[in-house]
Amino acid sequence: MAERVGSREVGVRTGSSYWRAFAIPGVVWLCLFVVVPAYAVVAMAFGTENVLLQPIPAWSPFSWNPGWVSKAFSGALPGGEYWPAVRNTLVYVTAALGLCFAIGYPVAYYVARHAPRRLKPLLVVLLVIPFWVSYLLRMLAWIGLLSSDGYVNKLLIDLGIKHPPNWLNGNAYSVILALVYGYIPYFILPVFAGLDRIDASQIEAARDLGATPRQAFMRVTLPLSRPSILAGAALVVLPMFGDYYTNDLISASPRTNMLGNEINLFVQGGPEKNLGAALVLVLMSILLVAMAYYVYATARDTRRLA
Amino acid sequence: MIARLSTKLRNPWGKPRFLVLVTWLYLAWALLPVLVAMLFSFNQGRSRSVWQGFSIRWWWGDPSQSIFHDPQYTHALVHSLELAALDMLIATPLGVLLALGLTRWRGRGSSAANGLMLVPLVTPEIVMAVSLLLVFTQLAVVPFALVHLGTGAQVIGQVTFSVSYVVVIVRSRLASIGPEFEEAARDLGATPIGALRLVLLPLLLPAILASMLIVFALSIDDFVVTQYMSSNAATTTIPMFLYANARGGTTTPALNALASILVITTLVGVVMAYVLYTVLSRQAAAPGGASVLRELSGLEAAA
Repeated sequence: MAERVGSREVGVRTGSSYWRAFAIPGVVWLCLFVVVPAYAVVAMAFGTENVLLQPIPAWSPFSWNPGWVSKAFSGALPGGEYWPAVRNTLVYVTAALGLCFAIGYPVAYYVARHAPRRLKPLLVVLLVIPFWVSYLLRMLAWIGLLSSDGYVNKLLIDLGIKHPPNWLNGNAYSVILALVYGYIPYFILPVFAGLDRIDASQIEAARDLGATPRQAFMRVTLPLSRPSILAGAALVVLPMFGDYYTNDLISASPRTNMLGNEINLFVQGGPEKNLGAALVLVLMSILLVAMAYYVYATARDTRRLA
Repeated sequence: MIARLSTKLRNPWGKPRFLVLVTWLYLAWALLPVLVAMLFSFNQGRSRSVWQGFSIRWWWGDPSQSIFHDPQYTHALVHSLELAALDMLIATPLGVLLALGLTRWRGRGSSAANGLMLVPLVTPEIVMAVSLLLVFTQLAVVPFALVHLGTGAQVIGQVTFSVSYVVVIVRSRLASIGPEFEEAARDLGATPIGALRLVLLPLLLPAILASMLIVFALSIDDFVVTQYMSSNAATTTIPMFLYANARGGTTTPALNALASILVITTLVGVVMAYVLYTVLSRQAAAPGGASVLRELSGLEAAA
């Protein structure tokens, strides 16, 4: 046997460095196309412009120009030039997250804990489908329904409303509803998975010890599903903060601009790429605060449940 | 009556009638608009919001404006499929190797590599898109200087965000397989590469196929990164075409037909991934997995 396999390898378990070799191509790829580009944003945000107003990134930290970054961060504060976009982002994302919870939690709760056994697989499939229907088609669907001669306004006119609202031009409610519609599947699925995992005997124990169904829900089910609520919230909040296309499609008016729209405008539209990059840093610092809360809350939950 | 109402108010979760209502209303709200949009691809007139009778002219009938006759539509469709195929062929092997490496490599750098793998999953797409755009247009250093906006940059961008999904899928499968099969193969004299090829890869096959199809679906649905990495009309994909034309008054229900193709392709891909994964992993868990070992020991006996 030894001759056939080669003496070098007999009895030797492959070591860690052997497996490291497998990781190298992927790690190199991620360094090239995640780490270096992330630094490119920083370099661009701290960069300068030449006489032709073309942006020049500052690759060395010694030649950093703090002008754009301070312009972006001070503009993002109340009263600043980008404050309306930051405020819209915060308001829309908070409202959309609240609606995701108000609609998504009861749905996930019903399918996970109360749906008849025969119906449950079907319901799960129906919950998963929107997840895999192109986001842009789902927006296209609402553009058709909300357009001035669409079915929504037809229904409102039939109900006796003479002048139905203009849904698709700078209407903040449409944008919030579109955000909820677009991202709620990402909230429902993790919450469903979390509720589905809860051991029914824990809830029965609460009932046996005299808790009313409401108390059992408030003191057992809800706390046990908190980690999955947090996970679902993170999954919808992260992409919503960087969203610009929902707004472009449903509103197309600068009145409802979000931070993502400003970034897209400066980076793809105008020449001020430095400013766009600096606004990306603003976005990332808001997200870092949100993620720090997520990590803190998850750690607290794990401690409490343990 | 009032007593009953008040108990119900105090205990809304007791009888799930309220929950049943919310759930079915939600499902109708989530799914009907999509169905309506798909139905409108069969509209006879040019409107995408007023029904004017049934026809298949936007799918095939119209000699110049149907999706298969208007070169804009066919081109977007072909380019989307092209990118999805390339993404699948590059991201899957890269992700499988990375999953193997990250699961078993212990030591300096491994936890940093793990964290790095998660970054694309938690970064808003616009941040990735902006950063890749800047690196490809501003950094005149090899390898970035060799990549031009267009198909090449689009593939790189898509691979960068799909790799992490492959890693997550393959890694969970690796965890459920455990090291025993491979160790047994090694005990029976297989080389490390042999054990990997003869034992581990067949066991991983369902996860590999599933992640290929998921990557396909991710790629064909992607908008932000693909748009930032595009150069001109020749590199327009279906989602980009939808974005550019969704609000235009001039576009016809052919747009809905194109979107329907996108949805059907994605759903077929995901259903195939699911079926393949369950069927194949059931086979691998049953005697199939063990038969590889039996074959190996048979070889040993023959030797």
